[in-house]
Amino acid sequence: MTTETAPSTHEKEHGMSDAGYIRIALILAAITALEVSTYYVDFGVLFLPALLIMMVVKFVMVVSYFMHLKFDNKVFSYLFYAGLALAVGVYIVFLSTFKFFLQ
Amino acid sequence: MTDVTHDHASSTGISNVKLGMWAFLGSECLLFGGLISTYMLYRGRVTGGPRPSQIFDIPFTSVSSFILLMSSLTMVLAVSAAHKEDDRKINLWLTVTALLGATFVGGQVYEFTAFYKEGLGFSTSLFGSSFYTLTGFHGVHVTVGIIMLMSLVGILKRSKVPGKKAEVVEMIGLYWHFVDIVWIVIFTLVYLIPV
Repeated sequence: MTTETAPSTHEKEHGMSDAGYIRIALILAAITALEVSTYYVDFGVLFLPALLIMMVVKFVMVVSYFMHLKFDNKVFSYLFYAGLALAVGVYIVFLSTFKFFLQ
Repeated sequence: MTDVTHDHASSTGISNVKLGMWAFLGSECLLFGGLISTYMLYRGRVTGGPRPSQIFDIPFTSVSSFILLMSSLTMVLAVSAAHKEDDRKINLWLTVTALLGATFVGGQVYEFTAFYKEGLGFSTSLFGSSFYTLTGFHGVHVTVGIIMLMSLVGILKRSKVPGKKAEVVEMIGLYWHFVDIVWIVIFTLVYLIPV
């Protein structure tokens, strides 16, 4: 016998309920508000690292929870993150050849 | 006569459609990586026309970013409804997602028009060219996503979905979320980090 608290097929497969998605969205909205605040409030030397960390956290949260990569077959993670790592690697080298990081 | 099956699962147990979509999204990282890197390289090259800090409207772009972020929530709710086979909610959330996407694109058109009036044309400076190319490519991706969402709403109403309904909604969802994560990167690197 199933009860009201029993997880649905979707939750079993993807590990998240609708309420869980809303919680993730609220966290993302809060991080976005923090990001925007860096434009108005002086964060000093923490400005750039804080912005980049918040960007990465938002990116990973959307990919892991909204795109279900955290709960899906690992092959999909390898495919996507391989493409991402290749892109980051190639373009870091590309920018380095133009001495971008020395500016 | 050939037996037509709509089950996309392969002998490995992994959906070929999903595998193809993730490979496509992985390759899209390279496309946007190139455009973002080019912008980062050229954003300070302003020989004529306005500089980024003179024209960017951070409050306006922040609202646009928030709208696109929330469209990811409505999209995932559509995918959730598809797994629960709740057609009414699928249509509702897909339509809301398309409307939020259209609002974002409308905001981008407004922004481009405002920038053009302030003297930033496509060929005004290297900053202008790389900015319009990057954000324009992203805008085209959002527009393609809106077309896919509205087409799916139409197809669902006619009950002519090819293959598994939940998988079709999920694939369009993956594309939509990808467009959102690209904007997460663009918003930080292009708008929030000063030149």
